[in-house]
Amino acid sequence: MNDRSPEASSIECRNLWKIFGQRADEVLAAARDGKVSKDEALKKFGCVIGVADASFSVRRGEIFCIMGLSGSGKSTILRHVNRLIEPTAGSVHVGGQDVMSLSKRQLRALRARKIGMVFQHMALWPHKTISGNVAFGLEVQGVEKKACREAAEEALEKVGLRGWGHRYPDELSGGMQQRVGLARALAADPDILLMDEPFSALDPLIRRDLQDEFLTLSENARKTTLFITHDLDEAMRVGHRIAVMKDGRIDQIGSPEAIVLHPETDYVARFVGSISTLKYISASEIASAGEVAVDAPGIGPDATLPVLIRQLANGTDHLAVKDGDRLIGRIGRPEILAAVERDLERR
Amino acid sequence: MDWSTLLDPFATINLPLADWANDGMRWLTSNYRSVFQAIKAIVKLALDLVEDGLRNAPQTLLLISFSAFAWQVVNRATAILVFCALSTIGIIGAWDPAMTSLAVLVTAVSISTLVGLPLGILCSRVNWVWSIVRPVLDFMQTIPSFTYLVPVILLFGIGNVPGVIVTAFFATPPLVRLTNLGLREVRADLVEAADAFGTSPMKRLWSIELPLARPVIMAGINQTVMLSLAMSVIASMISVAGLGRLVLVGISQLDLARASVGGLGIVLLAIVFDRITQGFGFTRRDRGNLGLWEQGPIGWLRATFKPQGQFNSKSNQGGHNECF
Repeated sequence: MNDRSPEASSIECRNLWKIFGQRADEVLAAARDGKVSKDEALKKFGCVIGVADASFSVRRGEIFCIMGLSGSGKSTILRHVNRLIEPTAGSVHVGGQDVMSLSKRQLRALRARKIGMVFQHMALWPHKTISGNVAFGLEVQGVEKKACREAAEEALEKVGLRGWGHRYPDELSGGMQQRVGLARALAADPDILLMDEPFSALDPLIRRDLQDEFLTLSENARKTTLFITHDLDEAMRVGHRIAVMKDGRIDQIGSPEAIVLHPETDYVARFVGSISTLKYISASEIASAGEVAVDAPGIGPDATLPVLIRQLANGTDHLAVKDGDRLIGRIGRPEILAAVERDLERR
Repeated sequence: MDWSTLLDPFATINLPLADWANDGMRWLTSNYRSVFQAIKAIVKLALDLVEDGLRNAPQTLLLISFSAFAWQVVNRATAILVFCALSTIGIIGAWDPAMTSLAVLVTAVSISTLVGLPLGILCSRVNWVWSIVRPVLDFMQTIPSFTYLVPVILLFGIGNVPGVIVTAFFATPPLVRLTNLGLREVRADLVEAADAFGTSPMKRLWSIELPLARPVIMAGINQTVMLSLAMSVIASMISVAGLGRLVLVGISQLDLARASVGGLGIVLLAIVFDRITQGFGFTRRDRGNLGLWEQGPIGWLRATFKPQGQFNSKSNQGGHNECF
């Protein structure tokens, strides 16, 4: 259990580059100096820039979402963590271990013990039963059959598929198949989960159910999770922090609130434009520096809009936003209306 | 200048291919005689074993064993088909030559599989091996089957043993090709998933890739069997005994009776083999989640004589025996 210190099970990527093609080195040199854009790399060198200078770290127990449109390089980044893809440049550390320095055998051990992976199109092995699929990771580690079976049964129970072990993947619906995918990733009790658009291929309602179940599961299990998605709503629901990617670059990393309220680039702003900021607004964001009456009721800086509205609805003229004893400002009806107006104008 | 040579160039330009072939063959026979003798000895050993078994065993015993075997690996209907086909062979008086043909066939197909399967696997792993093997296979599959006979006679002589070698040589290419194809066509995401769980290359091949490529590989083995049978008449030209010889004699003496007996025998053998090899292609799933030894006569015996609860194929819905 010593290796469970904060650094031990986090993911750390530094200045990661992945360039696909024969002349990757030339493109890398040029792109590092900012001389080559993604389009130019393809036209002049016949190379595709998959990931460009990406740096991020995932804290232990955190769900870190990487969001971007298809082709933005998010799945490519994910595959660097367990080195299914070799980076062109940059470093990847998992649990404090430099993934690039591992031998083949050590890498296999890392994949088998520390990292579980869930795939967009489930990728369940059709010739194996559900139990066989779920237990495969343990079987690879040489765990004896009986223990494999028990672990598989336990993992299936976690995802609500107890008693389905003897069935085959194509006898299950899409949602159930992805539960199996999740059970397979969890069976070896890894520290890290890599989820590559796990719910994208599912119907909206089932997707929501599975997101909820996944959140409950991960609240209990506290796995460090790298979660890839192209769906902003999903990222907002699931992620503790979100990285927005465009053309292989990470545009912004931040909490869901920060991404929505303070987009740093035009691209991120456009991306989050469809989302209402009202849900993420806190009292300290909209408080104004106007006069505060002595008898105005106090409220904390993190109070959300619904709370503020409820407080004001009972006839109070305005609230005093206080962080402990420090007065931040006032919120009355004008401040609320201004916030709503700003949100409407944004869209 | 003699203009006539320009219009008729091949009278003066001449590549001595025929001489080269002769020299090459002479060089091979004089320098590597021991290698070919060793190959011949090994094949002879295997063939004698199979042939003695098939020819000396009582016919009734063989009939029953083949039918039971068909029942075991496929199903009861196939067992009946096999029984009828083999009985017909016996009734039309072709039993002995059929057993010889069968021995040649079994030995040739075994050799083809032992060589073709690993070679196909290697081709699917290593691209440069495939780029060498591929044109060789093209060549082997294009040249007419008769062409194989001459070098085989020179290197191995005539008789059943060279017959096995020429048949195996002729029947291996499709197996190599289809094994390679089947493994290369395995869905990339399923292979990636295996890698993501830390599988070693051997384990991945054995547990994921070969099972997924199995239908295509089995089609390759089926092809090998069918080609071996097709070769039996041609091989009889280098004095291989069996059903093929009946047909050959029929042709040379315009003896329709013999030709039809031989021909029908070959067709019946083909049916028997085709059905049984297809049965090997079935997965556990096709068998209704039963292992190979949990069905057919052996399954029945096991269910009858094992103590209660130990083995009960119908009631293992709880998922105990069949997980892996």
